[in-house]
Amino acid sequence: MTVFIIRRLMQSVVVVLLMSFLVFGGVNLVGDPVEMMVSDEADQEERERVIRSMGLDKPWYAQYGYFVINALEGDLGKSFVYGEPALQIIVHHIPATFELALTALVMAIVIGIPLGVYAGLKNETKAAKVIMAGSILGFSLPTFWVGLMFIMVFAVMLGWLPSTGRGETVPFLGMQVSFFTMDGLRHLLLPALNLALFKISLVIRLSRAGTREAVHQDYIKFARAKGLSTRRVIFVHLMKNILIPVVTVLGLEFGALIAFSVVTETVFAWPGMGKLIIDSIQNLDRPVIVAYLMIIVIIFVIINLVVDVLYSILDPRVRLQDVKG
Amino acid sequence: MTTTPTLQVDDLQTHFFTKQGIAKAVDGISFTVDRGEVMGLVGESGCGKSVTGFSIIGLVDPPGEVVGGRILFKGEDLVGLDEERMRRLRGNRIAMIFQDPMMTLNPVLRIDTQMIETVLAHEPDVGREEARRRSRDVLGQVGIASADERLKAYPHQFSGGMRQRVAIAIALLNKPDVIIADEPTTALDVTIQGQILYEAQKLCRETGTALIWITHDLAVVAGLADKICVMYAGMMVEEGALNDVLDHPVHPYTVGLLGSVPSHNNRGQRLAQIPGMAPSLLNLPTGCPFKARCTRADGACEAAPEITQPVPGRDVRCFHPHMEAAQ
Repeated sequence: MTVFIIRRLMQSVVVVLLMSFLVFGGVNLVGDPVEMMVSDEADQEERERVIRSMGLDKPWYAQYGYFVINALEGDLGKSFVYGEPALQIIVHHIPATFELALTALVMAIVIGIPLGVYAGLKNETKAAKVIMAGSILGFSLPTFWVGLMFIMVFAVMLGWLPSTGRGETVPFLGMQVSFFTMDGLRHLLLPALNLALFKISLVIRLSRAGTREAVHQDYIKFARAKGLSTRRVIFVHLMKNILIPVVTVLGLEFGALIAFSVVTETVFAWPGMGKLIIDSIQNLDRPVIVAYLMIIVIIFVIINLVVDVLYSILDPRVRLQDVKG
Repeated sequence: MTTTPTLQVDDLQTHFFTKQGIAKAVDGISFTVDRGEVMGLVGESGCGKSVTGFSIIGLVDPPGEVVGGRILFKGEDLVGLDEERMRRLRGNRIAMIFQDPMMTLNPVLRIDTQMIETVLAHEPDVGREEARRRSRDVLGQVGIASADERLKAYPHQFSGGMRQRVAIAIALLNKPDVIIADEPTTALDVTIQGQILYEAQKLCRETGTALIWITHDLAVVAGLADKICVMYAGMMVEEGALNDVLDHPVHPYTVGLLGSVPSHNNRGQRLAQIPGMAPSLLNLPTGCPFKARCTRADGACEAAPEITQPVPGRDVRCFHPHMEAAQ
């Protein structure tokens, strides 16, 4: 197991390095930040001074070299717009996005798995068919539209929940989180559900397919032949087997939840990373864009690692192969 | 005083209501098994052997359903028994072993989990430690060395033969009165098959467990069983004591089956075969289902034959039994 983790970590370093190169190169292609920084009236000398101060007069490999060295020291540059270190701005916005993504993930598991297993077990019932039809809707309706509908119905027409922004937060483990206040939860519910809708549908489909496949397996019939209660057969024998694909997919999707919460955050004016990156792209705030992309890469790498470890806990066959490898 | 047999199956009928029509997978099976007795349930693929087993243990899944007959376990009818009562019998008084040992154990649960839960499902009060101790003892009984260590293993760490031993150990855990073994050695190689047959027989003799051994292999039954029940197209065609049936088969189908087994007596000759194919259960002919393949069939076979006893102690479903052989 340890060997496996070390090997994966080394692979991760290569991935991060490669991504840093791509991100750096890509951002350099999308426009000249000098135009943003220097006012239209500035003379040539002023321009040159700015260019030199940002190191843009050096060749690209030198620029990349400085970027990597600085990045290793935790310095991804100062935001052109806010004048603060880019990393700090991102980190400041992480808790909001994380709590949104985490809530969406929990919703996907708590709602998706029971519905999917039910639809798999009671394949022929009307309820199962309604669930499956609903999951198709969840897949195909565009997120922004559903978000707008949520706001219209629950905030405007019914007035039950607030439409935008983040509620009251309290510090928890050094982060500002809104899990622990009523106001925070009320603000969290709609955007989280909006973000979760696609994942819920995905989990329903996955767990239904897994259940349909597993119920006909001999080991399920054997478990019943042993006289186990239906509850134990479903929650232990069946569940542990269908969790394997669900965990794999959800792990990867969690990264996507964080990276692509952009739409939901924009619709609900949620002050997270997604909204920040949209604003930064509009302002061509290069350091923030680069810092954001690098952090997303690192998050993905970490999530993949965690999924692999979780996977091997769930599936003993994977575990054994790793020990040999 | 008459003693009630451990298990008495009486004209069992299990039908599958499919979209293509009603498949009469089991349509008239009767037999009894007693303490310590081994019965071989024989027939070709698809004749309803396994469905008979699943009917007894109450695990026939829709669209299948037991539609007729009685299954008396120590005098109690299992047909239509409520689910909770049936669950208490399953794995406890009546256990089952499946055909493919690679598929019967849950791949993601350790052996100890799968054994201990079997004990606790029926005796929640014994505690995990006692359940583990019992599991270890039974593993030892079925010939698994260093059982303590093996308990912590996962199924994929065992070979096929070892997995089947584990499955048999699980069936034996609660000292059941009846074990239904559904072709448990078919997927194993011949050496392992021999060992498992020997051990199964020994364990049943020792513990007084009645054993129903479902197989299509007459050689297996010949070395194992006390009595034999031959099935054809969902029906019982001949039942009797093992040696009587093997030496003097009466039903034309049994005669054909035995004729197609290689032996010393027909060395050098072409092996006999039963012409034709078993009929589809969805589209059974009227009358005797075997008539199309039978050399003795005539007009009388257009009617469905009833079970008769042309020889004492032998149930036969045929209008034209081979009486000359039985003399």
